[in-house]
Amino acid sequence: MTKVYELGHSRAGDKGNTSNVSVIAYDSAAWTLLRRELTVDRVMQAYAHLAQGPITRYELPKLRALNFVIENALGGGVTISLALDAHGKTLSYVMQDIDLPG
Amino acid sequence: MTKNRIRVGAGSGFSDDRFEPALELARHGDLDYLVFECLAERTIARETLARLKNPEAGYTPYLAERMRMVLPECMRRGIRIVTNMGAANPLAAARAIRAEARALGLDTPRVAAVIGDDVTEVIRANPQLKLLESGEPVESLLPRLAAANAYLGADIVREALDRNAQVVVTGRVADPSLFLACMLHGLNWSYDDYARLAAGTFAGHLLECAAQLTGGCFADLPRKFVPDMARIGFPFADVGVDGDLWFGKVEGSGGRLDIATCTEQALYEMHDPARYITPDCVLDITEAEFRQAGINRVEMLGAQAKPRTPTYKVVVGYHDGWIGEGEVGYAGPNALARARMSEQIVRERLALRGFSYPEIRVDYIGVSSLHGELPGRPEPYEVRLRVAARSPDRKAAEAVGFEVRTLNVNGPAGGGGGTNSVRQVIGVKSLLLPREHVHPEIVMEGETA
Repeated sequence: MTKVYELGHSRAGDKGNTSNVSVIAYDSAAWTLLRRELTVDRVMQAYAHLAQGPITRYELPKLRALNFVIENALGGGVTISLALDAHGKTLSYVMQDIDLPG
Repeated sequence: MTKNRIRVGAGSGFSDDRFEPALELARHGDLDYLVFECLAERTIARETLARLKNPEAGYTPYLAERMRMVLPECMRRGIRIVTNMGAANPLAAARAIRAEARALGLDTPRVAAVIGDDVTEVIRANPQLKLLESGEPVESLLPRLAAANAYLGADIVREALDRNAQVVVTGRVADPSLFLACMLHGLNWSYDDYARLAAGTFAGHLLECAAQLTGGCFADLPRKFVPDMARIGFPFADVGVDGDLWFGKVEGSGGRLDIATCTEQALYEMHDPARYITPDCVLDITEAEFRQAGINRVEMLGAQAKPRTPTYKVVVGYHDGWIGEGEVGYAGPNALARARMSEQIVRERLALRGFSYPEIRVDYIGVSSLHGELPGRPEPYEVRLRVAARSPDRKAAEAVGFEVRTLNVNGPAGGGGGTNSVRQVIGVKSLLLPREHVHPEIVMEGETA
């Protein structure tokens, strides 16, 4: 198993009640693996206790990046959320902690 | 005079951002424009409330301080300032900027206020407009409405620059549009030239969070090293008349600017990368690329855009009651169990006092406050209990923090470091408003029309 943390780096952004988390591959081998194995299902599983979803995945091959848009993830939205991290800035490291085969 | 290339710097990435990097850019960045982006989604609604109490308030509180810092340098060097620090009161902000210049002994600058983003009355008159989040009509929010503002585009800001303003101060304008406006004006681009609008919009998106392009929100040693973070510099863009674009930062400043930092910021707050909608265009970055062009110098290529939509996005701010919260800490043997005991006590005391809440959130800081609770995690040496709850009633919200704060004397052994607070909540939702309902305007402060 390999952690996403070893393969690429991530940043989380917020808009309303939606979080987006990027994964940017460190090299082309990592990109191949991330593109194949980092599926919506795997990401949904990792965020299941934090977000209702749905999750949409976008591929950006020229940037060797994936972008995951995770809906219903921010406690109703930044401005009204009761969460300590209302923007979900730390949610990038949920992605970074996912284990992938290979 | 139109130049072949201009330099646009990012002076702040949010309202409470650091101060020194903007001055460093003004002094040593050889800038043509300095842009301060300072408005979060809910800020205008909050500032609208401030303006209702005091007609000269309602702009970003740090406005005077930031202007005091950069105005002398910018006026001496002819660097023009563009900012959305006007928030809910761009006219008062313009007056404040001119007063600040006079107090500094400078010539009074030409200051343009951009107004017309406030569409509160339009929204009241059109209760059938549907909210993007729920599809429900906005009507149900009207009794609690605080403010409604449209995200204006680069066209009106460009016009203010065309009128020779030294400083342009706006309310709600889309963040990338503040930067694009400098390019439209300085390079004399057409507002229908979508190849250039794409480049300028993408550049604006990359610059709008300032340090997040130059190594902020990035470091994670040893793999993601950022040098000299304490003196992290803010970025600028060199933009050519054909839309060619490079990012850089002041030589000798801290931080890191490379393909990795640019790619992270490219996707920040991005949903569909083929459809990033701004008031100016629909940006598509699926073919975009970065190339390292030197140390801390990155070239940006391949942004594309489709024509702008027939609507403006409007942020609707509404009163949503109160949030009360409190924290208390425990450490050493059995710390988590004592914290959990406290949670039960707080819940019971609130119920005994007759309070109930639509939503209560309990966090164990050190265990579950950021990524939630999952089984199998190790127990930390120390932990903080946090209880937060919302209520339409201020007294009920206050009771939450009160019952946490009083645990040090009335709770389990060894509770310390208690805190409590209560705040008024302004929620935001959004909707799309046909362009014909929005009438952006420019007021040259202190000059008769």
